[in-house]
Amino acid sequence: MISYILRRTFAAVILLLVVTAVTFAIFFLLPRMAGQTADQLAQQYIGKSPTKADIAAVKQNLGLDEPLYAQYWHFIKGIVAGATYDLGPTTAHCDAPCFGYSFKNHVAVWPQLTSRLPVTISLAAGAAVMWLVSGVVIGVISALKPRSFFDRAFMGVALAGVSLPMFFTGNLALLLFTYQWPIFGRTYVPFTENPAQWANTLFPAWCSLALLYSAIYARLTRSGMLETMNEDFIRTARAKGLRERRVVARHGLRAALTPIITVFGMDLGLLLGGAVITETVFSLPGIGQYAVQGITDNDLPPILGVTLLAAFFVVIANLLVDLLYAAADPRVRLS
Amino acid sequence: MSETKKTDADVTAAPDEREILLKVEGLQKHFPIRKGVLQRQVGAVKAVDGIDFEVRKGETLGVVGESGCGKSTMGRVITRLQEPTGGSIHFEGQDITRLNAAGMRPLRRDIQMIFQDPYGSLNPRHTIGGIVSAPFRLQDVEPEGGVKKEVQRLLELVGLSPEHFNRYPHEFSGGQRQRIGIARALALKPKLVVADEPVSALDVSIQAQVVNLMDDLQEELGLTYVIIAHDLSVVRHVSDRIAVMYLGKIVELADRTALYEAPMHPYTKALMSAVPVPDPKRRGAKSERILLRGDVPSPISPPSGCRFHTRCWKATEICRTTEPQLIELRPGQRVACHHPENFEDQAPQDTVLLSVAKEAASLVAEEVLAESAATSAAVAAEVEGSQEAEPSETSAEKPAAEATADAEATSAKTGPGARTAPATGVQEAKDDGQESTDE
Amino acid sequence: MTELSKTGAALGEPAPGNAPDAFLAVRDLKVHFPTDDGLVKSVDGLSFQVEKGKTLCIVGESGSGKSVTSLAIMGLHRLGAQGKHVQMSGEIWLDGKELVSADPDEVRRLRGREMAMIFQDPLSAMHPYYTIGNQIVEAYRVHNDVSKKVARKRAIEMLDRVGIPEPNKRVDGYPHEFSGGMRQRAMIAMALVNNPELLIADEPTTALDVTVQAQILDLIRDLQKEFGSAVVLITHDLGVVAEIADDVLVMYGGRCVERGSVDDVFERPQHPYTWGLLGSMPRIDRETSERLIPVKGQPPSLINVPSGCAFHPRCPYADIPKGDVTRTVRPELQQVGGGHFSACHLSPEDRTRIWTEEIAPKL
Repeated sequence: MISYILRRTFAAVILLLVVTAVTFAIFFLLPRMAGQTADQLAQQYIGKSPTKADIAAVKQNLGLDEPLYAQYWHFIKGIVAGATYDLGPTTAHCDAPCFGYSFKNHVAVWPQLTSRLPVTISLAAGAAVMWLVSGVVIGVISALKPRSFFDRAFMGVALAGVSLPMFFTGNLALLLFTYQWPIFGRTYVPFTENPAQWANTLFPAWCSLALLYSAIYARLTRSGMLETMNEDFIRTARAKGLRERRVVARHGLRAALTPIITVFGMDLGLLLGGAVITETVFSLPGIGQYAVQGITDNDLPPILGVTLLAAFFVVIANLLVDLLYAAADPRVRLS
Repeated sequence: MSETKKTDADVTAAPDEREILLKVEGLQKHFPIRKGVLQRQVGAVKAVDGIDFEVRKGETLGVVGESGCGKSTMGRVITRLQEPTGGSIHFEGQDITRLNAAGMRPLRRDIQMIFQDPYGSLNPRHTIGGIVSAPFRLQDVEPEGGVKKEVQRLLELVGLSPEHFNRYPHEFSGGQRQRIGIARALALKPKLVVADEPVSALDVSIQAQVVNLMDDLQEELGLTYVIIAHDLSVVRHVSDRIAVMYLGKIVELADRTALYEAPMHPYTKALMSAVPVPDPKRRGAKSERILLRGDVPSPISPPSGCRFHTRCWKATEICRTTEPQLIELRPGQRVACHHPENFEDQAPQDTVLLSVAKEAASLVAEEVLAESAATSAAVAAEVEGSQEAEPSETSAEKPAAEATADAEATSAKTGPGARTAPATGVQEAKDDGQESTDE
Repeated sequence: MTELSKTGAALGEPAPGNAPDAFLAVRDLKVHFPTDDGLVKSVDGLSFQVEKGKTLCIVGESGSGKSVTSLAIMGLHRLGAQGKHVQMSGEIWLDGKELVSADPDEVRRLRGREMAMIFQDPLSAMHPYYTIGNQIVEAYRVHNDVSKKVARKRAIEMLDRVGIPEPNKRVDGYPHEFSGGMRQRAMIAMALVNNPELLIADEPTTALDVTVQAQILDLIRDLQKEFGSAVVLITHDLGVVAEIADDVLVMYGGRCVERGSVDDVFERPQHPYTWGLLGSMPRIDRETSERLIPVKGQPPSLINVPSGCAFHPRCPYADIPKGDVTRTVRPELQQVGGGHFSACHLSPEDRTRIWTEEIAPKL
C-alpha cells in the first residue's frame, strides 16, 4: 500500500515534469520558432516604449537570452526553491512555489493562483454536490423503473442537458435570474465573508454546470444500476428475504456507484484546474478566468502556472480515485 | 480415437512404435509476479513447471486436471500462443521452442487449436464463410476448386449445411458454433489439433454430437489430438493415452485402460473416485470414494517434494523432501509417486505417515485403504517373488488389508513396508500386530 | 396406486385449490415471459411434490425451464428487469401455504427462512464488497431480531458446520479470498443459517472441480440428514442425480417428460429423451469403445415449442405411434408404474422393448 502510494507519487512528479516541459516548450519554444527574438519577449515584460537598456536588463534578469534548457531549469528551480530577480535598483524575492511574474502587470503568478483558487473550488464543489446528488437519484429511479414514463422523460431531459453548451445555459440562467428577475447576486463574495451571499451569487453557475454534468451522471448511474440489478448477487440478496429497498440501497447502489467515483474524481480534478467557460460567463474571478486573461494577453507565466496547477489537480484526483476505489472494492489490490 | 487405436493395434504397429509428432521436454511456463516500488520480480506463478510427454501420430492424448493445474496454459504453450519460459517443444523433429512469428507461420497450418467458448471465439461481425476461410487468406493458400467450394465442403464435413456460408455466428446454437470452430481448425488440414475443453460449454446431448464428430474426423483425416478437459468421463471416452496434471506437473501418464482400471498415482485415484457415476445402484458403494482434504495449494509456492503430499493419505517424510520423478513403472504407465497405488512401493523404507496424511486418511474409506494396501503388496510380492521367491510375504498381507479406521489406516499403509523397514516403522508395525491379534 | 387418475393435472393429490399432504407441491405451474419476439413459455404446466427429508433432482438441458421453476418457487422470477410482466399460473404449496396467489411481502418473509437457495457460481452470487460474515449476518438478521454480535456468533457456527477451517478468521474474509469450494460452502452456510425446511440448489456443483464437487454433495447430503429439510436440486449431470436424488424429474421444453424414483428413471426409463441423455453421457466407469448415442438436432425454442410432443423432431421413435399423433397431440404424463410417470405416445410395450433391446445394452 505504502509502496504503491510512493510509486504513484513518483510517477505523478515525473508526469508533472513532463507537463511543464511540454507547456514550457509550447509557450517558449514556439514563439522563438515563429521568429520572436529574446528582445521582443523582454519588451512584452516592460510594456510600452522601453529603452534599449531596459530591454537588455530585463532580458538578462529573466534569463531570456539563455538557452531554453537553462530557462526551463530556472523555472523548475523557482517552483521548488524560489527565485530572486534583480530588478536594477532593487531585488525581488519570489518565495518557494515561484511561477514567475506576469509579463503584463508584473504581478507574481502564485499569489494570484492562490487567491483565485477559493473561487474555483467554490464553484466546482457546489456544482459537484448538486450534480452528484441529482444525477444519482435520477439515474437510480430511472433504472428501477426502466422504460417507465419517468425514465423516458428524464433521459430525454438528460440528453438535452448533455447537448446544450455551457455558454447557452449559463447565459440563459444569467439573463433570466440575474438580470430579468434579479434573484441572485452578480459579484462573487467569499464564503468567509458572507456564506449566504456566496451561495446566492454562485447558485446560477452551479445550476448551469450541474445541468451539464448531472445529465451525464444520470445516464451513467442508470446504466450501471441496470447492470448491477441483474447481477447474481442481487438475486442472492433477494433470496435471503431482504426488503427490496435494502436490496437496492445496500447491494445494488454500492456496487453501481463505485465506478462512478472514478469518473467523479476525474471530473472534479479537471474542474479545479479552471472551469474556463463557466467562470467567464458568470464573471467569476477564478483560475479559469485567469487562464483566459493570460491567453488573451499572450502572458506566458500565468498560462504556465494555470496549466501546471490543472495538471496537478488531475494527477492528484487520479491518485485519490484509485485509493478510494481500493477502499470501496476489496477485490482491488494496490500493487 | 478409440477406433483408430484398435485398428492400428490390430493392423499395423502398436501405438508406441508410431512416429512421434510432438515431443515436449521439461516445459515450463512461469508468470512473473512483480512487487514494490521498483517492480522487482518477487516470485512466479508456476503454471507449468517442467513437464515431459510426447504425442504420437494419429493418437489422442487426453490431459486432465483440476482448474489451476496448468493444463490450459500447457495447451497454449505447445501451440506457441504463449512463450514457454523453459524446456523445449519439438514438432516433427523440429525444435519450435524459440521460433519467432515468421518461423511459426508455416507451422500454424499444421498445428491448430479449438477453444472452449463457442461464443467468444468466433468474431460476431464475420460471416461463417469469412470465419472458416480466414486460414486460407492468412496462409495464402488457394485450395482446389476455390475457397468457397472448400469452405462449403468443410461445413458439410462438420455436419453443417453449405448454405450457412453467409450467416453470422449469433444465428447458431452453441453446438453448431463449436462445429464452426472445428471447421476453421481443420481448414488447412492440420496434423495436430489441440482442443481446450472442446465440449464443456455444451449441453449433454450436444456434447455427444461433437465428441462423435471429432472421433469421425480423426479417423477420416488421420488427425492427432491433444484434448484438454476437466471431465474425466469425456477424456476416458476420447483418449488413447491420458496425462494427469496437478499443480503444473504431470503426475501420471498412461494408456487409457491402465489409467482407469489401475491408476497408480493417489491423486489420479482420488480424482477418478470423485466423478459421480450415473448409476444409483453404486451409491451404496460410497466406500469407493476418496474425499480429498482442502484445496489445491497455490502454484506460486507449491509444496516441497511431491506437490500432492499436503493432501495425500499416503504421504511420508520422503514425499515432503524428495520430488518423485515421472518414471515408467509399467510398460506404458509413467507415474511420479513414491508410494504408488496398484504397484510396488517405491520408497518402502519410508513408512511413517506425515500427520497431514493421517488426517487425509480419515476421509478415505477403510475399504479403499485396505484394498490399496493389498494390491500394492500383491504387486510387490509378485515382483519380489519373481526375483527371489518369498512366500511369507503374501500371506502376511491379510491382516493389514483388513485394518480399520484412522490409526489403522497407518498400519494398512505401513503393513507391507514395515517388514523391510527396521527403525522408523517399528511403532506402526506393533500396532499392526495388535490389530491382527484382535481379530 | 392403480386406481389413481392417469392425467397430468392431478397426480394422486387432493383437487386443485386444496392444500396437499406433501411438504412442497407444485401443480400445473406455468411461467411465461412476454418478449418482443413472442411469448417465452419457460415453464408450461409442471407438477411435482417433495417430502421433507427427500431430494428431488430436476434434470434438463439449458433452456428446459429448470432454473425458472426454482426461481418461481422462491418468488424470485418477478423481481428484476425481465420479470416485470411475467405471467404465472398454477399453484405452489409450501407447508400448507399457497405461494402463487400469496402477497409478495409474505413470500419475501418466507424466503431465506423457510426456503433458501444456493446458486451455481458462488463467486458471482456473493456480493464482492461485503465480507462473508457480513453477508451471513445479514441473512440471519432479516428473519431474527438479534444483535450483530449474536448473529456473528451464529455465522461463525455455520461456517464451522459446513467445514470451513478457522471460521473465526474466515468470517472476515471476502468472497474473492475464498477458493471455489470454500465459497460454495459459505454460500450453503448462508442458505442454512435460518434452518430452512426447503433448500433449492441450482447447479450447485457445476462450477466446481470434481473433487470439490464430491465434497459439496457430501455436505449437502449430511446437512439434509441433520436438518431433515426437503431439497430440490437442479442439475444437468446425471452422475450428480444418481449420487444424491430420491426422485428425478426430467424436463424438456418447459414440461416434465418423465418423473419417478431415481431407480425407476435410471433402471427403467420410459421416455426417449431420458434414453438420449443416458446415451449421450460418456461414463467413467466403463470402457466404451462404442460411439456415444447423441440426441440429434438442437434443443427447442421456448417461443415456438414444436407441436404435439415437443421432443418429436429429435425423437428417433417418433414414427412408431400410428398416424400423426406425435406431431399433433401433446402427450400427457401417464403413470407407468408406482410413482413413475412418463409423457410419451409410445405404447408401454414398445417402450419396454426399445429400452431393453436397443438402449440398455449399449449403455
